[in-house]
Amino acid sequence: MRNLGPQGADGSGDTPPVLTLDNITKVFPGVKALDGVRLDLYAGQVTALIGENGAGKSTVVKTLTGIYQPDGGQILLGGTPVPFATPQDAAKAGVTAIHQETVLFDELSVAENVFIGHAPKGRFGLIDTAAMYKKTGEILSSIGAKISPAVKLKDLSIASRHLVAIARALSVEAQVVIMDEPTAALSQTEIEELYELVDTLKAQGKAILFISHKFDEIFRIADRFTVFRDGQLVGAGIMNDVTEADLVKMMVGRSVDQLFPKREAEIGEDVLVVAGYSHPTEFEDINFTLRRGEILGFYGLVGAGRSEFMQSLIGITKPSKGAVRVGGDIRVIRSPAEAIKAGIVYVPEDRGKQGAILDMPIFQNVTLPSLHKTSNNGFVRMAEEFALAREYTERLDLRAASLDTNVGALSGGNQQKVVIAKWLATKPRVIILDEPTKGIDIGSKAAVHDFMSELAAQGLSVIMVSSEIPEIMGMSDRVIVMRDGRMVAELEGDALTPETLVRQAVGIRETGGDT
Amino acid sequence: MTLLKSREAILFGAIALLVALVATRFPGFVVPSNLIAVFTDTSPLMILAIGQMVVILTRCIDLSVAANLALTGMVCAMINVAMPDLPIFVLICFAMVMGAALGAINGLLVWKLSIPPIVVTLGTMTIFRGVIFLLTDGKWINAHEMSASFTAFPRASLLGMPVLGWIAILVAIVMIVVMARTTLGRAIYAVGGNPHAAVYTGINVGRTQFLAFTISGMLAGLTGYLWIARYSVAYVDIAGGFELDVVAACVIGGISIAGGAGTVVGTLLGALFLGVVKNALPVVDISPFWQLAISGAAIIIAVAFNAQSGRSKGRIILKSAEHAQ
Repeated sequence: MRNLGPQGADGSGDTPPVLTLDNITKVFPGVKALDGVRLDLYAGQVTALIGENGAGKSTVVKTLTGIYQPDGGQILLGGTPVPFATPQDAAKAGVTAIHQETVLFDELSVAENVFIGHAPKGRFGLIDTAAMYKKTGEILSSIGAKISPAVKLKDLSIASRHLVAIARALSVEAQVVIMDEPTAALSQTEIEELYELVDTLKAQGKAILFISHKFDEIFRIADRFTVFRDGQLVGAGIMNDVTEADLVKMMVGRSVDQLFPKREAEIGEDVLVVAGYSHPTEFEDINFTLRRGEILGFYGLVGAGRSEFMQSLIGITKPSKGAVRVGGDIRVIRSPAEAIKAGIVYVPEDRGKQGAILDMPIFQNVTLPSLHKTSNNGFVRMAEEFALAREYTERLDLRAASLDTNVGALSGGNQQKVVIAKWLATKPRVIILDEPTKGIDIGSKAAVHDFMSELAAQGLSVIMVSSEIPEIMGMSDRVIVMRDGRMVAELEGDALTPETLVRQAVGIRETGGDT
Repeated sequence: MTLLKSREAILFGAIALLVALVATRFPGFVVPSNLIAVFTDTSPLMILAIGQMVVILTRCIDLSVAANLALTGMVCAMINVAMPDLPIFVLICFAMVMGAALGAINGLLVWKLSIPPIVVTLGTMTIFRGVIFLLTDGKWINAHEMSASFTAFPRASLLGMPVLGWIAILVAIVMIVVMARTTLGRAIYAVGGNPHAAVYTGINVGRTQFLAFTISGMLAGLTGYLWIARYSVAYVDIAGGFELDVVAACVIGGISIAGGAGTVVGTLLGALFLGVVKNALPVVDISPFWQLAISGAAIIIAVAFNAQSGRSKGRIILKSAEHAQ
């Protein structure tokens, strides 16, 4: 395998890159999102940016478009350093991004969407509507799109909206076009049209950064690749020199070491049986059995339907088909209250938004889902409530001046503990942890893992949704892989390897001689 | 918590300062009988503001409270005209049930049809006033048509204070208990503080908002009888525009318009502040325009204060995050 190292100089004697991220570092509290990475983009070429979830791809996009300021390193445009202090600076320098979910305005016309923020001005500084429509028409026909500049955006298909987004990118005379998972919402024919468009842009000499999880796509249109792992550059080069297997190895290539304090818990009887669980639009035919003391991992790419399935399991959305058996009884779970009663609790991924209530004191947050246990006819028995809150915050070693403190005044790690204490206080049988360690520092991660093992050892069944391969490998007794809303594999023992996980999640078939 | 408490202390200080300033020019203002009169005069505002607080805490708003008051009050007056011997206690119960039913209409529309609360209550506000007109053809019901016991009840003196004032105190005590000690109170704060998290903890957000509107309506209905009886007159436009004073009292009292934060005591102080401004300034010959300006300034200062405290909270989180690193 050709690993060209962090300098990315592939010695092919090409023209110098249009845009270079040189030794860029970006630190968030507790997490190093980018650690001295380099990325080169060349005129008339497509560079694919590849990496697992959380490898730092979106941070790169945000740095390139001026949304984030790097903490170290520089951005070179045609060899000279440029500070992208604001998104406007990046746009002026000719860097433009077409986002995963295109951020456009439904109620405005196509032309207004294309030129919003830089509309051509006529007399008295008013918008020159005629010129705007004319230019929009020119740009749209240059990319072969048959869309009238006058229609409202809300009347267009998703594919056409993408074309509008691309037209917008071209209207600022972009040199660098960033496409972040552009095919995620497109049908096969629309994808073909997008490929043709990418070829048109290449022919016009634009440098293109293409972010995708789909290997067939990358091999179809990319000229070069750059692979990130955990915020670091692990490889870059020319597509013709690599195989799918090489790229997978670069993406996951690390040893799963003894970081994970997985204790062997005694696995007992079936606790939760899910059969034929389906949803009209989000997932289909999910079947599994969860046993006492087991940690079951759910792996997949972002958008594979894992969180959607979990939310349905706890009654936030309703399944179209399927049944659940909890501890021997067949249950219909129609609301989170019923899920809590059945002993299934869900610790959501976005704890800021879905977890704690920041304006409420700690003890009230902890007891919120178990209030029926510490109240009579709607009146709360405060002493019991306080005792319950104290018991579980102490178990989690929560540090706060008093349980009367508002959760908003706590650090992120302690807020997390409040959320977990809240769920444990309901004495659940099954606890679902969605991305339990996302965005927290290494030390806290180990504590969460330790705690998860302890829960399993005490006889709780744990479902862990995670996009981090080491975590999945280190913590799970068994792993279910989801792709496009379906279960595609159930792995345990020797079958559970990082390569298999990635292959199943991105949808590469096993190739001969590679296994 | 401490922030809120200190905020209430600041508001209390502001009211005390205002009263003291007025006293230097007009000492009669601070004699107990006058202070009791001011408190009693502010009682309807306090009762309505407590109901409004419950609604605002759940991230909604109830603009129909004054119209609910007027409609329920008018119906009470009509019943009194038709059945002068009906006991006042029964009439008060009826007023609360009818007010609650009108509030429940708001709540149902918000809960089941997901219509924004401001739109729902703007609509019902107009409808309620329209219904009064349909019931009365725009005619007034005057003091001589009402029975003596009907008009006397709110003004009857009990331990030196009119019943109206005692009712405000009773409502405040009940609502302090409801907000602090019941599962409904918790749900109301949780829904306003973080509706997403509330859903996950098994709280029905729409139902909680429905109950908040019902409580607000019930208190508006109660105030409806008290208002009509106290002023001994009922007509279409009674308490017109009063919903804005009610919202203002909540905002001045530190109820976050974004929901989830605020206390009954803060609301009471907010209402008292407005009541003191309204009653004190005329006696020291300050023009009514200054009254409006002072009330308006108090609202803006209160909101700025809220925004400020929200910001500094963000900074604290970041600091500790940096510290933990």
